[in-house]
Amino acid sequence: MSQLPKKHRSDTKMVPVPSHSIVPERDVNEIPVLETRHLGIEFGGLKAVDDFNLTIGKTEIAGLIGPNGAGKTTVFNMLTKVYEPTTGAVLINGKDLHGMSIVQASKLGIARTFQNIRLFDKMTVEENVRIGLHNQIKYDMFSGIFRLPRYWKQERKQHEKAMELLDIFGMQDLADEEAGSLPYGAQRRLEIVRALATDPKLLLLDEPAAGMNPKETEELMENIAKIRDQFQIAILLIEHDMSLVMGVCEGICVLNFGKVIAKGTADEIQANPVVIEAYLGKKKEG
Amino acid sequence: MIFLDNLINGLSLGSIYAIIALGYTMVYGIAKMLNFAHGDIIMVGAYVAFCGLQYWGLPPVAAILVAMAVCTVLGILIEGLAYRPLRQAASLAVLITAIGMSYLLQNLALMIWGANPKSFPRTFINSFSIQLGQLNVSSATIVTILANIVIMVALSLFINQTKVGKAMRCVSEDRGAAELMGINVNRTISLTFAIGSALAAIAGVLLCSSYPILQPTTGSMPGIKAFTAAVFGGIGSIPGAMIGGVLLGVIEIFGKAYISTELGDAIVFAVLIVVLLVKPTGLLGKPIREKV
Repeated sequence: MSQLPKKHRSDTKMVPVPSHSIVPERDVNEIPVLETRHLGIEFGGLKAVDDFNLTIGKTEIAGLIGPNGAGKTTVFNMLTKVYEPTTGAVLINGKDLHGMSIVQASKLGIARTFQNIRLFDKMTVEENVRIGLHNQIKYDMFSGIFRLPRYWKQERKQHEKAMELLDIFGMQDLADEEAGSLPYGAQRRLEIVRALATDPKLLLLDEPAAGMNPKETEELMENIAKIRDQFQIAILLIEHDMSLVMGVCEGICVLNFGKVIAKGTADEIQANPVVIEAYLGKKKEG
Repeated sequence: MIFLDNLINGLSLGSIYAIIALGYTMVYGIAKMLNFAHGDIIMVGAYVAFCGLQYWGLPPVAAILVAMAVCTVLGILIEGLAYRPLRQAASLAVLITAIGMSYLLQNLALMIWGANPKSFPRTFINSFSIQLGQLNVSSATIVTILANIVIMVALSLFINQTKVGKAMRCVSEDRGAAELMGINVNRTISLTFAIGSALAAIAGVLLCSSYPILQPTTGSMPGIKAFTAAVFGGIGSIPGAMIGGVLLGVIEIFGKAYISTELGDAIVFAVLIVVLLVKPTGLLGKPIREKV
């Protein structure tokens, strides 16, 4: 999939929305990276998310929006197996996540960032990225303690890989800083780099632009598209900054009170009266 | 001279506390629980080494290795059988389970080895002493202090430089995020118990080399003191356990020597209370930040 010619993406036609429950897809012939079927979760009888259906194609950038408390982060938590869904199924590249652990799901290729940044604060920037590379490291404890040649070889490879990843956001010169001491925007970017280090097929970004100024947000927008092109991965993001969502997302899904109220392209969503009433309208009042 | 003598004894006792405190602090840092059975693992380690030396005729080093192996397996078993099912339970439930596990181990030891105190055999650890001027330093003291230094260096290399060590630090900082990065949290916690228990076996042998009376409750008091040391240094912090342990040993010996022999233990715990009043997170502890 990574050897797909660059042109392929732009050539792919957006498939018209076949039913109310599916987001426009890039290419119907490929197994979608993410498919959820009637996904739902209850907390003590309260349906936090109900009948959530979403399909994301191989290199699609999709947005999940909705008012506060709509259940967006809960969806992320179900996709990454932090929560076990009460009903329905999550399929990653056609594989059902049912019964899998968080680690197994991560190995299938899901990575995420957090709404409230959760970096390993006391470690350096480079160490944080290397934690993402954790499952790709191949040396045993003994070569680690006794510094056998195998260890050094892996160390060098990892260092190069980490630097390469940090380069996406031009953060190489921060490699030795303590992660917790970085400015807010840089911490958000580092979290994305760390997630990318796990070699995901689907990247979940939980409010990546929160706390960023308009200029940073604009840069982030470009970078999200760049990441998709460079790594050929799908990205699903939760965001309140509408300029970012409308600017970068090809498919948008709107959630309100745990239910999907609309799906479609940016233009369709902006024109959708239900969305305006539930979401944008509300925002203007507040 | 008496001062130096006391200081060296204090450092030696403190080194044993430090090695035990490492087990408490690592488990707390990574699994966020207090393993009150840790002291009794020391006792099991000492008994196994005792059997190796006394009954099976093993050379001392082999006896220590066997004790370490048995304790490692025991630690992993205790974690897997007793604590892992409670991973999501309230911390109080885990604490009570740990206390129960402590009594279980003590009473199993009572069943297997009987209530009569055993005298721990002499090994290379406590067979000679060195005369430094007027100072008479026993080999047990030297071996204990050296062992402590070697363990500290090896452990900090392990934690900071190896892949598994880094995984441990991640789990300790943010278990959820570590898991989402593909780190197997259960395996990491098992490993922590394995390392802590292996160290407990070493501590057991060192303890019984200096104080050669072995009975099923041998581990309780050093266990509690080492726990105090871990809290004193800042629980969850490895250098904290080291400093807390050594300081506590020195304070205990000086307290016994210069203030009152009977009040030695009371002084130790009084120091803990004062430290917690002044700096509740311990000497090297970081303030706890709640994440919402």
